[in-house]
Amino acid sequence: MSEPILVIRHLSKSFGKNQVLTDIDFEVDKGDVTCIIGASGSGKSTLLRCVNLLETPSGGEILYMSSDIRSLKGGAPAYRRKVGMVFQSFNLFYNMNVLKNCTVGPRKVLHVSKEEAEKTAMYYLEKVGMAAYVKARPRQLSGGQKQRVAIARALCMHPDILLFDEPTSALDPEMVGEVLSVMRSLAKDGMTMLVVTHEMAFAREVANKVVYMNKGVILEQGTPDQIFNHPQHQETKDFLARVR
Amino acid sequence: MDNFSKLLTEIGETWAKNSTQYLVGARQTILLAVVATAIGCLIGFLCGVLQTIPVQKHDNVFKKVLLAVVRAVIRVYVEVFRGTPMILQAVFIYFGVPYFFGTDNVFQLLVDSVNGAFGRPVLTLIGFVSYFVVSVNTGAYMAETVRGGILSIDPGQTEGAKAIGMTHLQTMLHVILPQMFRNIIPQIGNNLIVNIKDTSVMFIIGYTELFAVHKGVVGSTYVYFPSAVIEMIMYLAMTVICSVILRLLERKLDGPENFDVTTADSLAHTSGMTTYVKKKEKEELR
Ligand SMILES: Nc1ncnc2c1ncn2[C@@H]1O[C@H](COP(=O)(O)OP(=O)(O)O)[C@@H](O)[C@H]1O
Ligand SMILES: [Mg+2]
Repeated sequence: MSEPILVIRHLSKSFGKNQVLTDIDFEVDKGDVTCIIGASGSGKSTLLRCVNLLETPSGGEILYMSSDIRSLKGGAPAYRRKVGMVFQSFNLFYNMNVLKNCTVGPRKVLHVSKEEAEKTAMYYLEKVGMAAYVKARPRQLSGGQKQRVAIARALCMHPDILLFDEPTSALDPEMVGEVLSVMRSLAKDGMTMLVVTHEMAFAREVANKVVYMNKGVILEQGTPDQIFNHPQHQETKDFLARVR
Repeated sequence: MDNFSKLLTEIGETWAKNSTQYLVGARQTILLAVVATAIGCLIGFLCGVLQTIPVQKHDNVFKKVLLAVVRAVIRVYVEVFRGTPMILQAVFIYFGVPYFFGTDNVFQLLVDSVNGAFGRPVLTLIGFVSYFVVSVNTGAYMAETVRGGILSIDPGQTEGAKAIGMTHLQTMLHVILPQMFRNIIPQIGNNLIVNIKDTSVMFIIGYTELFAVHKGVVGSTYVYFPSAVIEMIMYLAMTVICSVILRLLERKLDGPENFDVTTADSLAHTSGMTTYVKKKEKEELR
């Protein structure tokens, strides 16, 4: 068994007096697809943002390949090359077309050549079904298409792990499927993923770990079967009954 | 009608006699306005970027103090140059610098070294002070415009850039500033047009731009109106041409309204083909 990619220990986060995360503990192994579920406001986004250092944790530690992410060489930018993130609101660069959105990271951050960056970009754009749209600008795309480009953009950095923060929550219902099918195929290829989602069917089918969060703590975690079919806590049962 | 044809004749005569002077004046005006607006934009970019560097709790004290000082200096600069008339700034600097620092002051030395580098006189002290004042003035206005422009870009894109490992500087250069620039082009246009007109106040220190030519021409004839008409037309021509050029630049930066799709999107399950209607047509559909 190789070392876990991420180890999160006693992580806490507060905004001023408002304690949002308390004593969060979990691990992500290579190839894991971990789904984080829980009610709105339970701290799922904050957890993901701490993992990517978009928020500074208030306490505890996050280990990436056994080293504390705050003491890594090159600081947060160097660490984030290895950890991709896909946002609810896509966050594409509006001044660039689809191809450039995917090549700017490899070129400016990883300093690969233009040819190589474009080759990689085309490979992943093909994978998410957006290769035909290389010349389009983000404002010319539908939500589902934007999100697929955002996924390709993250993949072009060859991350060790991909974080998804409710990737389908901002989409019209008919576009949810196209994004989930891309994520499903990534999981099949062995991509390590940490996914905050309200798509319970997806979590049940694709995840090998499910984490249930409630009011800033992890109330329970386990296999999809454990969480969905045999939840231990009343809150978990209530939550699952509500989202079903 | 009589007056009108008389005016036309007089305009013709005035132009025939002084066309070279008018054209040289127009060149001086447009050069000063364009160069000073460009330098002013650079100053504004620099100030705007410096003012929006994020400070975090865990940053070291040195960085925090340095940024606080830089910000204070920029605030004073902006308030002073926005808050006083440009005509007075020109006088203040043109006469104030030699008053305090003598005739071998930095400005004179700079002008001399520029002329030395070219091997011939390309710049006068008057010219230099004019460029300096208009640039610094424009910079003070642009500093606020740029700061506002940076803050107006959706912070999600900053996070998107951070998430692929970009540093603050890279995020600024590749993502934020290009969009900010696109958004503030109308403001840059405003400044350029104001500068084309307001550089006329530099006559106070003896800079010969288009308006100074008018004063020279009428000084010998005492016939004011025909020259004024010529000047009006020339100023208007310069400002309109600049407006048009900036509009074209905006359009170019926006990129094409349509794009080519080579094959159908296989993953989208929308009914029928997706068509991408031009912006204008879309507005009509609404
Ligand atoms: N930047 C912030 N400043 C203050 N409070 C915040 C901030 N971000 C999130 N919160 C608070 O933290 C709590 C958890 O938010 P979030 O992590 O977004 O929950 P979830 O993603 O599970 O819906 C909420 O109560 C929210 O108001
Ligand atoms: Mg959230």
